[in-house]
Amino acid sequence: MSAHPQATATGKTGIIQMLGVHKWYGEFHVLRDIQLSVDQGEKIVICGPSGSGKSTMIRCINALEEYQRGQIIVDGVPLTNNLKNIDAVRREVGMVFQQFNLFPHLTVLENLTLAPLWVRKTPRREAEETAMYYLERVKIPDQARKYPGQLSGGQQQRVAIARSLCMRPKIMLFDEPTSALDPEMIKEVLDVMIELADEGMTMLCVTHEMGFARTVANRVIFMDAGQIVEQNEPEEFFNNPQSERTKLFLSQILSH
Amino acid sequence: MTQEHMHAAERPPALSVGPLGWARANLFNTWYNSVITLVILWAVIQAVPPLINWAFIDAVWGGGEPDACRVEGAGACWSFIGEKYRLILFGLYPFAEQWRPLLVMVLFIGLVVATMRRLLWGRSLIAAWGVSTVVMFALMYGGFLGLPFVANSYWGGLPLTVGLSTIGLVVAFPLGIILALGRRSNMPAVRTLCVVYIELIRGVPLITVLFMASVLFPLFLPTGVTIDKLLRAQVGLILFAAAYLAEVVRGGLQAIPKGQFEAADSLGLGYWSKMRLIILPQALRISIPPLVNTFIGFFKDTTLVIIIGLFDLLNAAKTALTDRAWAGFYMEAYLFCAIIYFAFCFTMSRYSQNLERKLRTGHARR
Repeated sequence: MSAHPQATATGKTGIIQMLGVHKWYGEFHVLRDIQLSVDQGEKIVICGPSGSGKSTMIRCINALEEYQRGQIIVDGVPLTNNLKNIDAVRREVGMVFQQFNLFPHLTVLENLTLAPLWVRKTPRREAEETAMYYLERVKIPDQARKYPGQLSGGQQQRVAIARSLCMRPKIMLFDEPTSALDPEMIKEVLDVMIELADEGMTMLCVTHEMGFARTVANRVIFMDAGQIVEQNEPEEFFNNPQSERTKLFLSQILSH
Repeated sequence: MTQEHMHAAERPPALSVGPLGWARANLFNTWYNSVITLVILWAVIQAVPPLINWAFIDAVWGGGEPDACRVEGAGACWSFIGEKYRLILFGLYPFAEQWRPLLVMVLFIGLVVATMRRLLWGRSLIAAWGVSTVVMFALMYGGFLGLPFVANSYWGGLPLTVGLSTIGLVVAFPLGIILALGRRSNMPAVRTLCVVYIELIRGVPLITVLFMASVLFPLFLPTGVTIDKLLRAQVGLILFAAAYLAEVVRGGLQAIPKGQFEAADSLGLGYWSKMRLIILPQALRISIPPLVNTFIGFFKDTTLVIIIGLFDLLNAAKTALTDRAWAGFYMEAYLFCAIIYFAFCFTMSRYSQNLERKLRTGHARR
């Protein structure tokens, strides 16, 4: 039940700190005493059965969800009801969604430049250059003038990643980024994520891609019933799970 | 198993293409469809030739004499319209000055035509509307450069109808958007205020709103203060239209997936940027059909200003009928009005379809 000793940042203040966070949906206790400290540059994969609260947990980090007890500090800014703090955190935290959530009425380029233009007040020229740079990075610069609806799912998700990166965030949150994709498109998205990880981005990924977890994660977190049940480095986590619930979960997803 | 030869493209069977094929597939595909087709064909044959006879062949066109229309077998009396069209179009506006409202209408229609071209959308078009609005009001009022002053109680006919509805919609639309956003706000006070306003106005007929604006409202003003009747009617129309437009916009807002809000939030966009750049453009686009429906309804509803004694197009037509020499030509008078209303409404309808097509960005909405 308690956090694995070597995995939690010992004493140092991490870029993300969740201290005794609780959340309820009405009567339902979704997050129970979440203790999590993430160091700069750490890559964390969060897995667990559906309904275990893993999406809810990472959505608390950019205040898409409120929490009722405890404290979350992101990059030194405490997340409270203070809208200023929330905006400050959101500027530094990028998020990629399962359903991409691109803006369908804007072209790819406009999707990418929107937040830099209106939130960061970047000059248009510079914003467009940044956008093109990241489109190159996700390998679809030729789609800049198209609308999201004209792209494949994998391309859309890569645009979504580029859109977040254009804000030059310090942290990236991925909420099941490959779950809505056809199998043949999963790899192209994972490749982009692996590249990003290699460059030292702080990443929290909710995903069931265990191959990805083995390759890039510094730490794998297993959640069940709103709690962090177990966390460890990938080798240990997969080869030597401690709790019964983790063993059961791993046997279910790795059996085939 | 593989197929050795590619199948060559063939022509479709003869009876499935061309007008014959179309008729077969759409008009005579089942026995009951065939019956319906024949019945409708019969009704059209019964109705159309007499209508054409009345409206064109037997119609009395020229000649300013009402008696020419009263002979046996005479059709539509278009000479009535020829005699009265200026009264119908411009109401009680001084006869010698009616070139002014005419110019205003020409200017207005010119602007509308320009606005329909999306290429011209931009700051200069907005500026053109601003300047033209001032020019149009100046022309209507006069009182400068030797133009006699015409009080707005003499305005009437088409300029009044078009003016009330255009200004009404231009002001009511943003008001409606704000009300719709307010109704979905997280702030209970704002939300309650908007809900109460919308439900209150929607629960009352437009006639009542106009009546209150014209009769009851002045009773609450301190003595000596008057707000003219036209302005009161305009405000009444705006308040009424805003409530309806708010509900249409709210429908559009509700159709936007939660993910769009979350994506905007996660990028750090504030509330107003999020609404203006992400949510409203999508919400308004999907609301075009019901919005235009409301616009058209509102355009026609302005005829209700008749009850507070304003001379809009319809009231002017009624007034034309009060001339005893020309009494009784209701059909012609109302048909003339109907054609004008139809021209405006149909234009709006067609243009909205065109706009919808152009704003489609080839996506399945997420």
